[in-house]
Amino acid sequence: MSLMEIKNLHKSFGGLTAVLNFNFDIEKEELVGLIGPNGAGKTTVFNLITGVYKPDEGRIFFNGQDIAGLPPYTICKKGIARTFQNIRLFNDLTVLDNVKIALHKDVPYSLMGAICRTPRFFRGEKKIEDKALEYLKIFNLDNKKDEIASNLPYGEQRRLEIARALATSPSLLILDEPAAGMNPQETHDLMNLIASIRERFKLSILLIEHDMSLVMGVCERIYVLDYGQIIAEGLPEKIRNDKKVIEAYLGEEV
Amino acid sequence: MQTIIKNWNWRKFVFEVLVLTGIFMLIQYGISNGLLNSYHQINLSSMCINIMLAVSLSLINGFTGQLSLGHAGFMAVGAYTSVVMTNMLGQPFILGILMACLMAGLAGFIIGVPTLRLKGDYLAIATLGFGEIIRVVLQNIDYVGGPAGILGITQLTTWPWLFAATVLTVVVIVNLINSSYGRAIISVREDEIASELMGINTTYYKVLAFVIGAMFAGLAGAMYAHYFYIIKPGTFNFMKSFDILVMVVLGGLGSTTGAVIAAIFITLLTAALQKWAAIRMILYAFILIVIMIYRPQGLMGNKELTTKTFGRVWGDKK
Ligand SMILES: Nc1ncnc2c1ncn2[C@@H]1O[C@H](COP(=O)(O)OP(=O)(O)O)[C@@H](O)[C@H]1O
Ligand SMILES: [Mg+2]
Repeated sequence: MSLMEIKNLHKSFGGLTAVLNFNFDIEKEELVGLIGPNGAGKTTVFNLITGVYKPDEGRIFFNGQDIAGLPPYTICKKGIARTFQNIRLFNDLTVLDNVKIALHKDVPYSLMGAICRTPRFFRGEKKIEDKALEYLKIFNLDNKKDEIASNLPYGEQRRLEIARALATSPSLLILDEPAAGMNPQETHDLMNLIASIRERFKLSILLIEHDMSLVMGVCERIYVLDYGQIIAEGLPEKIRNDKKVIEAYLGEEV
Repeated sequence: MQTIIKNWNWRKFVFEVLVLTGIFMLIQYGISNGLLNSYHQINLSSMCINIMLAVSLSLINGFTGQLSLGHAGFMAVGAYTSVVMTNMLGQPFILGILMACLMAGLAGFIIGVPTLRLKGDYLAIATLGFGEIIRVVLQNIDYVGGPAGILGITQLTTWPWLFAATVLTVVVIVNLINSSYGRAIISVREDEIASELMGINTTYYKVLAFVIGAMFAGLAGAMYAHYFYIIKPGTFNFMKSFDILVMVVLGGLGSTTGAVIAAIFITLLTAALQKWAAIRMILYAFILIVIMIYRPQGLMGNKELTTKTFGRVWGDKK
C-alpha cells in the first residue's frame, strides 16, 4: 500500500482553477519531486495536502485514511510535516524554541503539571530540550540555539525550517522549494542533506523545486504539473525527454 | 532523580521565596503598626488588583496575540459572583473567590469560542461589545441592585488574601508561559498558520489563554469587591478595560514583568493625579502616544526581569 494516494483532487479560487483532476501517489521511503512552471499549482497542492485549503473535490488517503479537509494540526499529528516557499519561522523566538514548539504535540506532562512545576514537568522539559538539540545538531544549528530565528542568515533559516518540520516526527516530509534563494554550493549541500535525512529517519519526502536539474539529481520519481494538471509522471530520464514537459518549460533547458 | 535536581534551581527558588516573604512581612508589619495609613493601604490594594488584571490580560493580548478589549467584563463577573456568594448567600470568602474564578472563566469560554475565530480589529470590536453586554446585563438584574449596584459589602479582602491572590496570578501565568503549553500559546501569536501546521490546535490554545486570563480577572474582581465595599456596573465599563490595556501595552506585549511594573506605575500615577481626575485620561493618551513613538515595544519589550538578570547585575557567575 502506498503511504499517500491522492485521487481526483480539485481546487479553484473563484474563476481560477488552480488544481484539476490531480492524481498522485508516494510509497514509503520514496523521494518524489513535483515540478512545474511558476503558477502551475504546486504550492496549492501542498496546501491541500496539509489542510491549509479544503479541496473542492477529491480524496487524499494517508496510510489508508482519507484526510482531505481535516484541520492542519490533525494532519500534522497523523504524520505529515512541511516547510514553506516563503519561510515561516517563529521569528521573534530562539532557534531552540522554534524546534521545541514542533515537539509540543507529544508534550510529556500535563498543563496542571506545568503550572505546579511537578518533577514530571522538569523531566519532560529536559527531554524536550535534549530532543530539540538533537534535531539542531543534524542541521549544524546547535551552536546557534539561543539566537533569535530572524537573525539567522537565509540558508540557516531554511535549514531551521526543515529541522522544525522533522521534529514533528513525520512519515511524510514535504518541502516547498527548499533551495529557493540559495547559491549552487548551498543547494548542493542541501540536496545531500535531504537524501541523508530520508535514510536516517526512514521517511518519504515530497519535494517541490523550480530548478529542474536539481530535482533530476535527487528524486526517484517526478510529477510535472502545468496549469493545475499533471502532464507527465515517471523516472527522471523519462521526464527529461518528455515533449510536453519541454514545451511547458519552453525556452528553459531541461 | 538527578535530572530533576539539576533542573530545579534551588538557589533561585529560595531567593524568590525569601524576597516574597520579605515583602509580605514588611507590609504586614507596616499595616499592624499603623506605619501604612488607610490612604497607603487603598493604593496598595489597587496596585495588587491592577497587577492581577494586567498580568492576566497580558496572557491574552501579549502572549497569545489576541487583542481583547473586554477584560473589565470578566472582572465584573468575578466581583458580582463573589458578592452574591458572600453577602447574599452567606458563604465563606474562599467559596466566593472560587465561584468568581469559575464564573469568569465560564464567561471567558462562552465569549471566547465564537469571537476567537475573528482576527485583529474584528476580535477587538467583538470583545469590546461582549464586555459592554456583561455590564448592561448586570445593570438590568434587580437582584444585584441594577444600575446602583451593591453597597455595604463586607470588607474581607485583607493583605494576606490580596498578597496570595496576586502571587498566585503571577506564578500560575509565569509557569504556564514557561512551559511547552506556553510555547504553544506564543507560537499562535508568532505565526498562526505555521503553528497549526506544527500540530498545534490554535483555536484550543486561544480559548485556553482567554479562559485562564478571564479567571484571574474574576479573581481580581472578587478582591476588588471585598475591599472597596461597593460595586456598580459603571465601574466595569470600557474605560476600565482600556485602563488595563494601557498597562499591558506600556509594559510591553509579551512581558509579565513589564505588566507588573506598568501596573505599579499606573497605580501610583492615578493616585498622584487623584485631584485632577479629568486630566488623567488625557495624560494616559499622551503617555501612550509618546510610547508608541519612542518605544513601540513597550517598557520591557518582550524581555523579562528574572532572578538571573539580577544575578548578572550583581556579577554573580551563575
Ligand atoms: N489563496 C489563493 N487565492 C487565489 N488564488 C490563488 C491562491 N493561492 C494560489 N492561487 C493561484 O493559484 C495558482 C497556482 O498557484 P501556486 O500553487 O502558488 O503555484 P506554484 O506554487 O506552482 O508556483 C496561481 O495562479 C495563483 O495565483
Ligand atoms: Mg509555489
